[in-house]
Amino acid sequence: MPETETMREARRVMEICNACRYCEGFCAVFPAMEMQRAFSDGDLTDLANLCHNCKACYYACQYAPPHPFGVNVPRTFSLLRDETYRNHAWPRLLARAFARNGTVVALVTAAALALVLLLTGWLVAPGTLSHAWIGPDAFYRVIPWVAMTGVAAATLLFSLLALGIGGVRFWRASGGGVPVRRGDVLRGLHDAVTLKNLGGGGHGCNDRDEAFSMARRRFHHVMAYGFLACFAATCIAAFEAYALGRPAPYPLFSLPVIFGTLGGIGLLVGASGLMALKLTADPVPAARRLLGADVALLALLWLAAATGLILLIFRSTAAMGALLAIHLGVILALFVLLPYSKFVHAPYRTLALIRNAANSADRVQ
Amino acid sequence: MVWDVLVVGGGNAALCAAITAREAGASVVLLEHAPRAFRGGNSRHTRNLRAMHDAPAGVLTDVYGEAEYWDDLLRVTGGATDEHLARMTIRASADAPAWMSAHGVNFQPSLTGTLNLGRTNAFFLGGGKALVNAYFAAAERLGVTILYDTEVTDLELDNGAVRAVNTVSRGFPLTLQARSVVAASGGFQANIGWLREYWGEAADNFIIRGTPFAQGTVLRDLLGHGVQQVGDPAQCHAVAIDARAPKFDGGIVTRLDCVPFSIVVDRAAWRFYDEGEDVWPKRYAIWGRLVAQRQGQIAYAILDAKAAKLFMPSVFPAIRAGSIAELAGKLGLDPAALETTVSRYNASVRPGNFDSAALDDCRTEGLDPPKTHWARTIDTPPFIGYPLRPGITFTYLGVKVTERAQVLMRNGRPVANLWASGEIMAGNILGKGYLAGFGMAIGTVFGRIAGAEAARHAGN
Ligand SMILES: Cc1cc2nc3c(=O)[nH]c(=O)nc-3n(C[C@H](O)[C@H](O)[C@H](O)COP(=O)(O)OP(=O)(O)OC[C@H]3O[C@@H](n4cnc5c(N)ncnc54)[C@H](O)[C@@H]3O)c2cc1C
Ligand code: SF4
Ligand code: SF4
Repeated sequence: MPETETMREARRVMEICNACRYCEGFCAVFPAMEMQRAFSDGDLTDLANLCHNCKACYYACQYAPPHPFGVNVPRTFSLLRDETYRNHAWPRLLARAFARNGTVVALVTAAALALVLLLTGWLVAPGTLSHAWIGPDAFYRVIPWVAMTGVAAATLLFSLLALGIGGVRFWRASGGGVPVRRGDVLRGLHDAVTLKNLGGGGHGCNDRDEAFSMARRRFHHVMAYGFLACFAATCIAAFEAYALGRPAPYPLFSLPVIFGTLGGIGLLVGASGLMALKLTADPVPAARRLLGADVALLALLWLAAATGLILLIFRSTAAMGALLAIHLGVILALFVLLPYSKFVHAPYRTLALIRNAANSADRVQ
Repeated sequence: MVWDVLVVGGGNAALCAAITAREAGASVVLLEHAPRAFRGGNSRHTRNLRAMHDAPAGVLTDVYGEAEYWDDLLRVTGGATDEHLARMTIRASADAPAWMSAHGVNFQPSLTGTLNLGRTNAFFLGGGKALVNAYFAAAERLGVTILYDTEVTDLELDNGAVRAVNTVSRGFPLTLQARSVVAASGGFQANIGWLREYWGEAADNFIIRGTPFAQGTVLRDLLGHGVQQVGDPAQCHAVAIDARAPKFDGGIVTRLDCVPFSIVVDRAAWRFYDEGEDVWPKRYAIWGRLVAQRQGQIAYAILDAKAAKLFMPSVFPAIRAGSIAELAGKLGLDPAALETTVSRYNASVRPGNFDSAALDDCRTEGLDPPKTHWARTIDTPPFIGYPLRPGITFTYLGVKVTERAQVLMRNGRPVANLWASGEIMAGNILGKGYLAGFGMAIGTVFGRIAGAEAARHAGN
């Protein structure tokens, strides 16, 4: 593969940073960088995915533009991560989804919505959608159980497979072979779930400008844990339905509803906050071209949460049928898009953190 | 309006003064010649500050007491210092880190670095630009008025006091009045014309490591008004840096640490000094002058593959070649001359136990000048070359001050309302040589004193 302009720029920037090293206290990227004298494409891919885009090193850089050296680590690494996402997409054909990711996410969401609405309209008896169903298995009167779980499970499994294959490819391409112990995996996961590196060495990130703040880290936490809570709600619900034979909808004070509600609120708050930060931030250290992808995923998560909560509120009214179809349409889009949206940063970042844990354990010895 | 305190400059010394004066209740205006993007003078290129401490404190490990600090200073200056001011600075450096933290500067636990300074120096998280950003933010928060793109052209100094300060502010003349003035405008190292007065045409080949705004306009103006000078005007701190560095603002990354593991030749491909005289941190600062004294102010470090990884990577790629002659060609040297120099050197290398981290016993015999440590034959391709030029860090010339940072006239009387801090007065204490992290220590200590005194004077 011919070397891209972005890769060349990343190499140039890392060579400047490696001669400077003033930023070594900010995050895991710089100590990892200092282990090398020359940077292979794999090294650079690894470093780019290790970067949490906190921008501390941009505002601290005496070589940032308009200095002729024009060092802009966060921007360069954002663009390189985008290349990672394309290079490791599976199936390969779908790498193109990253080219105009904002548009792709929007179109897929619209298509999924339309599909679910059409199918429900077609599959169920006339009048079903506008009927106020209540009581156990009300949802499945609107959308048959097999259709709902079948489609959801199939898309989710496919997406997880795609993410897995992407992860393996990324791992191989970005340096592969360090021996990884169990402790390294745990430490990498710990760094991932705590966002240890999103804090400029403990004093906060440059969320919007030169000033430090913890807002981005907090919003990301709220969002990510909201996402996990929603996922947990889904799993518990599935368990209750399959194993205990208790189909949805569940009462207000049941586990799935509590998790789902809290998670949904977390997603709403986190995604709104992150979106606000994105849109008001100093544009120089950001990669303008990727704004669409960033905003699209946030918007999709926001929609998933909002439609879910609205469904909860109006589930015993005549609107339930339509609301359920809309919510499921969004969820379907989310499942489909997991491997073809900004979401892929999560597995790649986690893998990079695990490798970093393994490498730094080596360094200490 | 008449400002209480007017501060000239936008580096560490100026910011410490402005913040202190504002906290004392004065109205403060700070005039920075640079535009916002390049604010912060040489301070934006720094990395650490040397602080005395009698017990481990924050990121500073172990103990670094007054006596040891003073010894270090005495050694590097060879006595070109003022003991009273120096000891006062050293003692005051002890509470600098806490003050800095309180004003937004973050420190980093000392990691690797080239020099092992975790005991004596506190490293700024993110380096000097992060420090400057923190101070500007603190100053803005406190209500200091900051004018960028504003060059002070002269001070109206008459009858022992500054009456007005003339500037060009964003292209327009602007005169300001202030009860107290703090001069913190750095050295004159970026003024090539002024350097030429002492170095002749050689100065045209100097590279200035830091800000292009260190023109010394205020310094020259003050000396012209009869202010007493300190420091040798002809001297500057100069290190050998990569000749490919930009003329200004190349900063730390253009540094080359390869000299002890190389032989260094001049334009004629001859060696001229013992490259292995001492460990690099101790010899770092003599090579600027050595190169400045060679023809064309240029020299070339020559190494082979064995030495390629013994020093910090530098920003420009090494120039590589399969043979010495080819390398000479790439560097623009006479191939035959370089081959002769290298083979003569190789022939004089005595066997020894190479140790890059200590003064080892690898040396030459019968060679003039000798290479007294780390001498190994240069015989393993690829051969490597780096071009070197003098990189000027700062100048030593400054204005004489009292221990309260007040500026003195040649007649020994203080200027009633003028204080100085930072590089512009560092020559009082650091007349020669350099101690890593001492520039920022002087600026912080004297900046705070100057700010407090200026505010007090304005309040009276
Ligand atoms: C690459 C490099 C690395 C260094 N590293 C260290 C280090 O790690 N630790 C250390 O202690 N020291 C270091 N030094 C030395 C250190 O930079 C200086 O000692 C220190 O920054 C001096 O601070 P200052 O505020 O006096 O001057 P400066 O920071 O140079 O500030 C002078 C200011 O005055 C402004 N100015 C000049 N003329 C005018 C005018 N006429 N009108 C208005 N404004 C004007 C300039 O724009 C600038 O903002 C380093 C120097 C360099 C070049
Ligand atoms: S980002 Fe700038 S200041 Fe930080 S290490 Fe790189 S070159 Fe140095
Ligand atoms: S995580 Fe922050 S400090 Fe580290 S490389 Fe990325 S933007 Fe720079």
